[in-house]
Amino acid sequence: MEAAGAGPGDGLKKGTAADRVPPEAIRAVPVRHWGRLVGALVVLALLVLLVRAFAGADTIQWDVVGEYLTHDTVVEGALRTLWITVVSMALGVVLGVLLAVMRLSDNQVLSGVAWGYIWFFRGTPVLVQLFLWYNLALIFPILDLGFYRDEMNDVMTPFLAALLGLGLNEAAYMAEIARAGVLSVDHGQTEAAHALGMSRTRTTRRIVLPQAMRVIIPPTGNEFINMLKTSSLVSVIQYEELFRAGNIISSRNLAVMEMLLVVTVWYLALTTVFSVGQYYLERYYARGSQRALPRTPWQRVRTNLGTFRTRSVVRKEETR
Amino acid sequence: MSAPSAAGQPPPMVKAERVHKSFGAVEVLRGIDLEVRAGEVCCVVGPSGSGKSTFLRCVNHLEKISAGRLWVDGSLVGYRQRGDRLYEMREREVAAQRRDIGMVFQRFNLFPHMTAAENVMEAPVQVKGLGRAAARERAALLLERVGLADRMGAYPAQLSGGQQQRVAIARALAMEPKLMLFDEPTSALDPELVGEVLDVMRGLAEEGMTMLVVTHEMGFAREVGDSLVFMDDGLVVETGPPRDVLAAPRHERTRAFLSAVL
Repeated sequence: MEAAGAGPGDGLKKGTAADRVPPEAIRAVPVRHWGRLVGALVVLALLVLLVRAFAGADTIQWDVVGEYLTHDTVVEGALRTLWITVVSMALGVVLGVLLAVMRLSDNQVLSGVAWGYIWFFRGTPVLVQLFLWYNLALIFPILDLGFYRDEMNDVMTPFLAALLGLGLNEAAYMAEIARAGVLSVDHGQTEAAHALGMSRTRTTRRIVLPQAMRVIIPPTGNEFINMLKTSSLVSVIQYEELFRAGNIISSRNLAVMEMLLVVTVWYLALTTVFSVGQYYLERYYARGSQRALPRTPWQRVRTNLGTFRTRSVVRKEETR
Repeated sequence: MSAPSAAGQPPPMVKAERVHKSFGAVEVLRGIDLEVRAGEVCCVVGPSGSGKSTFLRCVNHLEKISAGRLWVDGSLVGYRQRGDRLYEMREREVAAQRRDIGMVFQRFNLFPHMTAAENVMEAPVQVKGLGRAAARERAALLLERVGLADRMGAYPAQLSGGQQQRVAIARALAMEPKLMLFDEPTSALDPELVGEVLDVMRGLAEEGMTMLVVTHEMGFAREVGDSLVFMDDGLVVETGPPRDVLAAPRHERTRAFLSAVL
């Protein structure tokens, strides 16, 4: 400051050269978080103990785990798990969206029926529903659709029972998720589309659903991952998926824990792959909702590499 | 049936005859009579809750009127008359009627998942079946006209309120409407952004667009408006040339309102 008596405001008004020089950057000693450090060390120590306990347990034959990880029966089981999950989810999503549309309809009969469906399928355990479908022959020994007639026991294969049990149950949950998504879209959007002369169907398809997707996708991804795991239940109705494949092998080689670990690894791998897929799907539907899209992990890695490089350059210049 | 009009005269763009509207037991419009000629800019003012916005929404059938008659460009809004029976229009016919009426909302209501250009292109492509390339060209022209030629690819979240409202105007113009409805288009804007939207509206008026504008901008009403309608409690209290109504209101209620806002 050139004038000793000048107040802070005076300097601003004059805009002297001295004021335009930015003040020195703050270089303070950061607060040390000792508690955090101790906590981290304790947790790490416990983790090491846990890993050592498993790795050192000579009751687990790790070579068996490794050997069966890619065993044909296991791989086939994993593929079946994937298949039943995908088709059940597909059935659940399609039927769920239909039910959501019915529930939102002005038609009292349609919305009432949809409500009843959700009430029943959400209100009973999937395990019970699976057995109900599997044992349907006890009520209807013969399936007679007029144009098609067969023994129910031949029609209701483990696969079909699993598909109906999982898919119809899922539809009840998907209906509520889709309905929440549609309700989350501002009513002004529908009005703006109508004011432009767009029909109701077109408004739903072009304006409402794309915006509802942002709300629908995260819980749907959650449902998908849940379904990957819930599908292990269908082992009780003889569908030979991953969990049952593991059981079949362990009943032969008696390596119960080893086969459970093999199955665990597979489930984790499957859910991981789908979590990554969900991330990118969410990113796609987030366009327009934020000023800039969040960066993908890969983009983040690349920019971080970039900053490392510039940081080291800066450091070199500083030392010069 | 077409709107009653003097022989040889073209029908008025908007004609309302004793229009009533109730929401349940609440009567929001209690008999609106109003006429907007083609090429005219009609500004509707009045205290909040007086039914201005509701009336505007009736004009493009976003709300159904409960009684009275409402015509746009000579045809009844939302109904067909055969003999002395009224038939509700099918959804498709209502949509066809709305195509010729542009609407600009207080809260913009741009489609957030589409860029500015896509917002403007959406209705011409989806409703009129215009090719995407032609629609994009038109969108570019319209966005240039509202001063946003350089923001074609921006999403609404990346635009200021004033820019969003100008995109909304371009979006409505893309359907080449013969009537534009403005529902308090500047009420949700920061004060310094009001001017840019009013400038676009002034330009439209100069080009001869028929406009029905619900607004609190008395300056705009005075300079651009051909007529001013003062509404209160679901009724038209006073109507006339803006300068006359604003300078020498005849009704006590108008005087009280104007002295409060001016």
